[in-house]
Amino acid sequence: MAEVPPVIDVRGLTKTFGRRTVVKGVDMQIARGEIFGFLGPNGSGKTTFIRMLCGLLKPDGGEGTCLGFNVRTESDKIKPRVGYMAQRFSLYEDLTVRENLDFMARAYGLPGRKAAVAETIERFRLSSYAGQLAGSLSGGWKQRMALAACILHQPELLLLDEPTAGVDPSARRDFWDEVHELAAGGITALISTHYMDEAERCHRLAYIAYGDLLARGTGPELIAASGLCTYAVSGPDLAELAATLKHAPGVDQVAAFGVTLHVSGRDCPALEAALEKNAAGRWRVTRIETSLEEVFIDLMRHPGKAA
Amino acid sequence: MSVFSFPRFAAVVAKEFVQMRRDRLTFAMIIGLPLIQLVLFGYAINSDPRHLPTAVLSADNSVFSRSIISAMRTSSYFEIDETLTSREQAVRQLALGRTQFVVTIPENFGRDLARGDRPTLLIEADATDPSATSNAISAMREAVSQALSRDLRGPLSDLAPTAFPVDIRIHADYNPEARTEYNIVPGLMGVILTLTLVIITAMAMTRERERGTMENLLATPIRPLEVMIGKIIPYILVGYVQMLLIVGAARFLFEVPFAGSVPLVFAVSVLFIAANLAVGLTFSTVARTQLQAMQLSIFFFLPSLLLSGFMFPFRGMPGWAQVIGQVLPLTHYLRIVRGILLKGNGPSEIWSEAWPIAAFLVGVILIGLTRYRRTLD
Repeated sequence: MAEVPPVIDVRGLTKTFGRRTVVKGVDMQIARGEIFGFLGPNGSGKTTFIRMLCGLLKPDGGEGTCLGFNVRTESDKIKPRVGYMAQRFSLYEDLTVRENLDFMARAYGLPGRKAAVAETIERFRLSSYAGQLAGSLSGGWKQRMALAACILHQPELLLLDEPTAGVDPSARRDFWDEVHELAAGGITALISTHYMDEAERCHRLAYIAYGDLLARGTGPELIAASGLCTYAVSGPDLAELAATLKHAPGVDQVAAFGVTLHVSGRDCPALEAALEKNAAGRWRVTRIETSLEEVFIDLMRHPGKAA
Repeated sequence: MSVFSFPRFAAVVAKEFVQMRRDRLTFAMIIGLPLIQLVLFGYAINSDPRHLPTAVLSADNSVFSRSIISAMRTSSYFEIDETLTSREQAVRQLALGRTQFVVTIPENFGRDLARGDRPTLLIEADATDPSATSNAISAMREAVSQALSRDLRGPLSDLAPTAFPVDIRIHADYNPEARTEYNIVPGLMGVILTLTLVIITAMAMTRERERGTMENLLATPIRPLEVMIGKIIPYILVGYVQMLLIVGAARFLFEVPFAGSVPLVFAVSVLFIAANLAVGLTFSTVARTQLQAMQLSIFFFLPSLLLSGFMFPFRGMPGWAQVIGQVLPLTHYLRIVRGILLKGNGPSEIWSEAWPIAAFLVGVILIGLTRYRRTLD
């Protein structure tokens, strides 16, 4: 990837609101065609970071380029090449689907506007809603329309800020299929999300908490770097066992998944000893692969440790 | 990237028109507000009231007192509907506001007058609202002198009010009947345009921020100037619809005589409408919510209404108020519209009032453009 310059290449990006530093010196490089997942708790600075990339906010510190243009001074050149989808629905609820798309097409000065809008409506299967006011659409269809609106002008980069919040699983799957198709066509996407299943569908991930970038890499890399061991425990009286295990040395996380408990810890020998002591005999204990969820919860609890 | 792109600007205009069409309440306000204000100001407000209730407390039944009273009736300012019998009654009627004037004719008024003793005729007015009584009081003097000059003839002619050595004639130009509507209805055009246009545009922009659509708008390549002008143009049209309504009402409902050219009024109004829209847009760059936008609009509207010469005569205001008034576009617009419609002024006469509006417009647009945030900071 050394010969192709990264689509996003920023260093030390910082943003302060009043006395609160929301993004603290974040570095990020994203390659062309990559689907990059951006995770972190609420209020961690994800939205602010994305807004700085597309010129909605001016960074207070740091340097970098987005699509080869300076993020501080050339936002006019970045804007036409980026498709941005805000966290909150930000198209016009009192315009119809077609009118919204038409407005966006005109705003970007799209040649062959009518045809492009018609084609996008067709492609996103929005035909039966085209004449309906956007405000009357359900969450899933609103989000579909918003995605349609932000790829209408064929951007090189998609910045999607929690695009699937409050959308049902099948609509989410459709959405991700769409994003993968776009990425196959060469579009780069930076997507923030809270869903673990979505994180698993990204090529690479970054985890940000309270303005600091804590971890970065592919899913398996992050799991490996976390050094967590995880065991599944099944058997009777799981709630009682969970309460005991929570305070056992070596156990960092205990979470109930239906009829099993997932128990993880960073210190594998200590964790195994704790399970041996508390769960031997009546329970069945099997080692399982650590999931991203455990990794991120671990990062949230111990932000000091970077992967 | 060009600083101004026509297709992007056209996109904003088209969008605004569709949104305006969908927003029924605003649409109703655009049409309804001028009509309501026309009725209120045109029919209800009259700064030259006539037929004011008057009571007479007369202790004299001479021919003089009777002809004074009949002259007062003829002046049409006084509606003499009550005859009082005592002083206490007179005081009470005034205190209760049942009558506007009490005319007291003392005992032996006729006799004293014939003797040349200059008897007193007392007129007590409820002057809590001076504008309601001042015209009637000046009419009183005239009525008395007319009545007496008719009666004091023959041997009494020496007593007749001595004529002024000079015959003063007063012509009330442009509005000889002093009809308030002639002044108010053309002025109302400016007031209505100020009120609706400032509010509508201030809200149109704040709405983008409140609903979150601003974020999307800022992320597109659309430039601030394209947004501002794109939002102004549709509402200029709204302004013209309102003007048509008011000019139509002035002509056919209130029968205001049009001395000058109506197309000229429409032409100069571009400036005034644009100035108000620019104020609205600038407010919207300050206000965070639609409610704040509304409050700011009222904040601008009140001085416009009170200090422009619409409500009170401009020359009667103290110096500092006149200075503020001179800055407001409505002050100049009122003079232009009244000048054209009532006096028949042409382009050369209105120039001196048109350039202050243009200066105001340029100033406000500059403020608006610097305040318009290209980012969400």
